[in-house]
Amino acid sequence: MIDPVSIITDSWNYLIVICLMMGGLFIVISQNNLVKKLVGLAIFQTSVFLFYITVGKMAGGTAPILLDSADVAYSNPLPHVLILTAIVVGVATTALGLALVLRIHAAFGSIEDDEVLTIKAEAALPRVTRAASETDSEARS
Amino acid sequence: MFMSPETALLTGIFAPLVVALLTPFLAVRNNWRDVAGPIGGVITFIAALHVANDVLAGGTPSWTAAEIAPGIELGFSVTALGAIFGLVASGLWVLAAIYSVGYMRGNHEKHQTRFAAFYAVAVHAAMAIAWSGNLLVLFIFYEILTFSTFPLVAHKESKAARDAGRLYLSILVGTSVVLLLPAVIYVWVMTGRLDFIPGGILAGTISPEVAPWLLAAFAFGVGKAAIMPLHRWLPAAMVAPTPVSALLHAVAVVKAGVFTLLMVAVYIFGIDYLADTGASVWLVWATCFTILASSCVAITKDDLKARLAYSTISQLSYVVLGAAIATKMAAEGAAVHIVMHAVGKITLFFVAGAIYVQAHITKISQLDGQGPEMKLVFAAFFIGAFSIIGIPPAGGSWSKFMLMVGAADAGMVMVLIVLGISSLMNIYYLLDPVARAFFKPKVKEVKITWHPLTVWPPVATAVLCIALFFFADPIVGLAQAMVTG
Amino acid sequence: MSLAAIIANLPALVVVVPLLLAPVAALIPVSGAAWVIAVIGTGGALISAWLLQGAVTGGVSFSYHLGSWPPPWGIEFVVDAASALTVLIMAALSFVATLFARRALPAEINERDAGKAYSAWLLASGGLAGLVMTGDAFNLFVFLEISALSSIILIALGAGTDRRALVAAYNYLIIGAVGATFYVIGVGFIYAVTGTLNMADLAERIPQVQQDTVIIVGFGFMVAGILVKAAVFPVHIWLPAAYAFAPSAVSAMLAAIATKAALYILARILFTVFAGVPDVTALALEWVLVPLAIAGIFTGTILAIYENDIKKLLAFSSVAQIGYIALAFGIASSAGIAAGFIHIGNHAIIKGGMFLAVGGYFLALRSRVSLSAMTGLGRRMPITTTGFLICGLSLIGLPLTAGFISKLYLVRALIAEDMILVMILVLVSSALSVAYLWKIVEILWQRPEGDDVPLHGDETPALYLPLWILAIANLWLGVAPAPLVDAANRAAMHLVGGIS
Repeated sequence: MIDPVSIITDSWNYLIVICLMMGGLFIVISQNNLVKKLVGLAIFQTSVFLFYITVGKMAGGTAPILLDSADVAYSNPLPHVLILTAIVVGVATTALGLALVLRIHAAFGSIEDDEVLTIKAEAALPRVTRAASETDSEARS
Repeated sequence: MFMSPETALLTGIFAPLVVALLTPFLAVRNNWRDVAGPIGGVITFIAALHVANDVLAGGTPSWTAAEIAPGIELGFSVTALGAIFGLVASGLWVLAAIYSVGYMRGNHEKHQTRFAAFYAVAVHAAMAIAWSGNLLVLFIFYEILTFSTFPLVAHKESKAARDAGRLYLSILVGTSVVLLLPAVIYVWVMTGRLDFIPGGILAGTISPEVAPWLLAAFAFGVGKAAIMPLHRWLPAAMVAPTPVSALLHAVAVVKAGVFTLLMVAVYIFGIDYLADTGASVWLVWATCFTILASSCVAITKDDLKARLAYSTISQLSYVVLGAAIATKMAAEGAAVHIVMHAVGKITLFFVAGAIYVQAHITKISQLDGQGPEMKLVFAAFFIGAFSIIGIPPAGGSWSKFMLMVGAADAGMVMVLIVLGISSLMNIYYLLDPVARAFFKPKVKEVKITWHPLTVWPPVATAVLCIALFFFADPIVGLAQAMVTG
Repeated sequence: MSLAAIIANLPALVVVVPLLLAPVAALIPVSGAAWVIAVIGTGGALISAWLLQGAVTGGVSFSYHLGSWPPPWGIEFVVDAASALTVLIMAALSFVATLFARRALPAEINERDAGKAYSAWLLASGGLAGLVMTGDAFNLFVFLEISALSSIILIALGAGTDRRALVAAYNYLIIGAVGATFYVIGVGFIYAVTGTLNMADLAERIPQVQQDTVIIVGFGFMVAGILVKAAVFPVHIWLPAAYAFAPSAVSAMLAAIATKAALYILARILFTVFAGVPDVTALALEWVLVPLAIAGIFTGTILAIYENDIKKLLAFSSVAQIGYIALAFGIASSAGIAAGFIHIGNHAIIKGGMFLAVGGYFLALRSRVSLSAMTGLGRRMPITTTGFLICGLSLIGLPLTAGFISKLYLVRALIAEDMILVMILVLVSSALSVAYLWKIVEILWQRPEGDDVPLHGDETPALYLPLWILAIANLWLGVAPAPLVDAANRAAMHLVGGIS
């Protein structure tokens, strides 16, 4: 059976993970501002990183650097590796997202999701082609 | 020309396709394009004669291409019933092609090249259906027939034509995809085969509880057989030019529909299986209803083509009824009726088109008194009507007789009564136009132009109606071969 | 490198060749030259995939150890009947779309961005191939993100024509990242209780795990994440906008292969990784996947009927077709899974072809292709339209086209498993799809009311030849489907064993 006290004392790390995860997801869904959505996404992804690392920690384990003595418990190094990969992916995602937000702002003049949606017009961003003059003015009609 | 059965088989199926592919190139000269159809038709008919001869002698011409699904081959194989349908399709194509030239030119219709090309493709699909090697190949060409006739139905490109085309597609594709295809696949999954075997392939694998439902899936899945309430596409398709109606209602589409149902009844279910399980008793009632109801509607129609359309719906159900009665004689009658009705109905439609081209009349009420100036045409109509009603010396009397004997064999008195009432109604609504034309004073002064190419084909088919009365043996022989296997 | 070394490294080459060429393309400022790099990259991948498919036809499966580290410690690429078939389909469609991009891409993006566009193109290609080949659960996430991020870049490039592409790309980024993160959470749970990430090793260890709830939760998160990428209802919402506003060549490539890779991963997770716990997977299949698939089928079909923008219409149609594939996998019998693989292949050539045709129309019209703008195009661009029509008839499943074969096998699998109600729903939706195709056909052949919209140039072979390659493939596979069907059967047999 579930004992509320033991959940807090034994599994507090998982509780933090869950709070961050749901908090991040909520921000993504509820916020209109595109940058805030990215913030929420980052929080969401960070919670997952915490999850992996906390799973990898062994009770009484030390840092996973090889020592000479025999009877040493090491924490699992693999989650750290996985998380480094995931962090890189997260960074790339956030960077790409921010770049898109910049362009959206330049094109729409706003970074609020609801405002952007109501702007229906299809105006193209300025294009620079080899034969810029004629094709561009034709295309923009 | 002498051809081996296999060559004849391939010629019969692919000659129309070759004509279709050549038509756009031949269109540089209207005359070249317009002569390609009849020539192709003659070649195809000769091939069909060879094939029918071979089948009468006990052979089974066949050809396979590739395996399209495990155990199912893409190929052709001629059954006795298939030989009958092949003769009908190819023979009438010759006359329909000549007629359509006269009609399209006489009416100054547009897009004649497109028309001629798709016409030929539709005949190709019909021949492929007739000689299909298994139920899957039949389904494949059944669908191709639907799509290749769509441009013909919507030919005029008016709003009415477009709407008719949509209704046509919706009903035919809807039924074939939702009902016919699963029925075919179900047979495949349960029995592991789809080929046509006299005596059927379902005995022993499909339980008698399932059989009526499976038959229902087939009967309503074949929308081209126009069993009520899936008949609406047929009158709607009357918006197409009359050569299309003649083709649809005599040769390709509707006959493909009833042919499919008869094939399924004889070669997939098997007459004995149907009789033993009683799976088709409900179909007897459904077709009797269709026969009477559509005849009632036909009586109310003033538009000549509409009346003929509802007459067709009624006559198609004759064929399906013959299959549903599940006796040998009834099935033979159904097979013979495919031929007799085809020749009779195409005559009537040819005449309707001839009247339109020559006098610009479409309504029966306007036919009053026009008879003496279009004697040949009305004479042809008269004979065609005899065939549909089933009176000697027209060929249709044979098939009606055989159907009645078959019904009597099964002890279905109700069916005999229905057939009788239907004949009486046929007499009224088919002879009424002829009677009005000769015995009533004119209501409308029209200038009648003479278009020979629209007159001689119906005369030819009318003569054929009578000829089929005297020389019905080959057809009846093939029908008997079908039931005895 | 010697020939033997190349052959020994083939599984990696499918992924590595495009990936290595991507930075090269990024440095080239000329679109023509960058395109050549892209052709080399995708062409090399295609050749490798072809050779791999040939290798597994004999029933052989092998794995490639990256860096010579043996699994389960190292990452392996698995080459078996299922992965070889899928990666071949993807490489083929990548290549054909690249051919189309020669003329199509420069017309829609800035010249100076061409090199970077092709770079992203190659990354997407390589990423998707890696997604299919990998045998490691976390490596899958890496490739998932590589392909997603590069796809986002490609979609955003459509802003040159319509700025809504930026919003579409952003939404895809958010939803896709959430989905991928769900997948990682799932992997985290599974890793915590099994201690391995290698798929084959997981398949052995998962049944031995005592904590059922962890397995169920982990499985749920993994599947949910993949469903987002596969655009199964209801998390398909990113797809219509993304495909509608991306450049035509990009739409063609993504529509053909991106979601298919995710569907393949779904099959792998369901039938390889979690094969040992059939009660868990059966629950998911019967109560989640099949209903969602059916919902997706009808949502996609009905929304397509009412849509006026043709690319969005095709995107909704894709949602429906993805539903068919998901349903096929949901049947979970060997026949069902084979039907799923058959449709993965067929839909790739169908939808790829249709998007290529629409690209041709777009380049001729130089404006957004709404249905009203397409009036009468059928007469003025007959070659493109005939190709489009062939692919369209294949979409609705006209016999003698590839689409019919898919339908045939799917219905057969449904009947064999006695799922009659589902079969009726599938067939009704198939009949409904005729409605939206016919809407397009009628408009293409109609006569326009006023003057014709001016066309920029005639039909060019560079634009319709790739389309016709796919159209002919549709007809070929409709008449002689044996190669695809046999390969799909082998794949299914490998995943679940036995033909029903």
